[in-house]
Amino acid sequence: MTQTILAITEVRNASFRKVSFEVISAARRLADQMNTSVTAVVLGRGIDPAANDLQGYGADKIVLVNDPLFSSHDSDVYVQALAEIVDQESPAVILCGGSGYGKEVCARLAAKLSIGMVSDCTAIEPADGTVVYTRPIFGGKLNAKLVLDSRPGMATLRPNVFDIIKGDTQAEVQVLSLSLEKGRCELIEQKLSKAETADLTEADIVVAGGRGTNGDFAPIENLAGLLNGAVAASRTVIDEGWRPHSDQVGQTGVVVTPNLYIACGISGAVQHFAGMSGSKTIVAVNKDAGAPIFTKSDYGIVGDLFEVVPALIDEIKAIQE
Amino acid sequence: MDVVVLVKQVPDTASNIEIAGDGQTIQLENIKWVMNPYDEIAVEAALRLRDEKGGGSVTILSFGPKRSQEAIRTALAMGADKGILINDPEPYRVDTHTTASVLATALKQIPYDIVFSGARSVDHDNFQTGSAVAQMLDIPQITQVIGLEMGDKSLTCTQITEGGQFVRTCPVPALITTQRGLNDPRYPSLPGIMKAKKKPLEIKELADMGIDEPLAINSRMLSLEFPKPRKAAQMIQEETVKESAARLVQILHNEVKAI
Repeated sequence: MTQTILAITEVRNASFRKVSFEVISAARRLADQMNTSVTAVVLGRGIDPAANDLQGYGADKIVLVNDPLFSSHDSDVYVQALAEIVDQESPAVILCGGSGYGKEVCARLAAKLSIGMVSDCTAIEPADGTVVYTRPIFGGKLNAKLVLDSRPGMATLRPNVFDIIKGDTQAEVQVLSLSLEKGRCELIEQKLSKAETADLTEADIVVAGGRGTNGDFAPIENLAGLLNGAVAASRTVIDEGWRPHSDQVGQTGVVVTPNLYIACGISGAVQHFAGMSGSKTIVAVNKDAGAPIFTKSDYGIVGDLFEVVPALIDEIKAIQE
Repeated sequence: MDVVVLVKQVPDTASNIEIAGDGQTIQLENIKWVMNPYDEIAVEAALRLRDEKGGGSVTILSFGPKRSQEAIRTALAMGADKGILINDPEPYRVDTHTTASVLATALKQIPYDIVFSGARSVDHDNFQTGSAVAQMLDIPQITQVIGLEMGDKSLTCTQITEGGQFVRTCPVPALITTQRGLNDPRYPSLPGIMKAKKKPLEIKELADMGIDEPLAINSRMLSLEFPKPRKAAQMIQEETVKESAARLVQILHNEVKAI
């Protein structure tokens, strides 16, 4: 058996972010193809030492570190811990979710260990004793296939792309206690988003509004709320100051890959497609039958979003009853 | 207060990107090259900091081919004081780790209190360079910053991340990566453009920095491919809006099973 695959999980407020399960499941599939094992890494504070929430996704072993220093969310502390765990496990591949946390921590770890790293992968597969990483570049205009010559190799995985597979595997848990040093950045304040609003990159359903909203996002918010989805916006909306920057989907915003993306009053500029073309199903509602959005959607309705969206809401309520 | 801004020249996001004959690189002709939009935010943050604190300089540092001078000139026209370009003889061949080590080597030869870099570049979108440079320089970093205040020898930043915002403080020297929302970068003024022509812009070779060639690179490109194109939409056009909505909801519920 070759060296293990390390799957780094992400903990927020003592619970696992969804991308953690995607990373372990992806590591499992890769490990099966490479005939090796999966070691999940849990770094946090106040985590259940049995890591019950993490059982069943395919890890053979879980390395768990509970330390109050992690509550600072300072990458200084995470990088120290991960470097020690990499040293202990000497993995062949290190995988982590491509969230803000994963991108920062992994970029630093790669620099510290002088190893290659591929960001935001949408596929990983073994080939001839190495691993081929696929990632979109130039805002999704191209897909690049890469290999890493360093050992270990490291990659972050784009959230919402890799399927979560739950079985009845049971991992052995190793609780580690490391002597970590305090980080150099101090956390002064945490402003967490409201729990009832789904996170944009993790949402199964995203409802987005564009110029056609004229700044009135009430129908978009109502539809998203009804579907437990997240609200997003096109660049125009952000430039007009109608919504915060964090809502922007596109090449200069967030990339989303939900199960269902409903674009309302969005014309469909290339820059917008870059942020949502990986969605499983795309629905477009636009007044203009010639809007480019219809050339790349699965279903389209030509009409005023202020009439169509409320009608959709009524019909969804009817089937939900 | 001496500030260094890491700048990259990238294809404008509206550019068509074509794969070159080797199947591993892009065609470099017919591309409109611009300063990475996230780096414009970094330049603006640096200029404001210099002007508020009255004194010090803003240096633009880039690792790229000779054409990257244009992006540096744009930053100089915005108000930066000087530029340094480290000539990359083979653009888009090196990976982030290599780029970061070249930039870190250069930074060890420049005095700075703060280093700014865009949180990401819109070409390869790795989100890695800034963090890797900070790690190599062993200085604190705060990434994806949308709010910034300079205190006495420390910085307080608002960082945006999935699920919320963190307000953090760190001592300087430090590296900050800038995210959309921090500021609205200024456009270069006409006098600014004229002045920029006379500002110092040094072009250095890797050997001048004491960096051995060929550069060590950890990643290898196997191939570039176009993603599978999406098909045009199936249009739903019933007699009334209500009927169209009902039909769409029925498809999404029963066939696609997305709702």
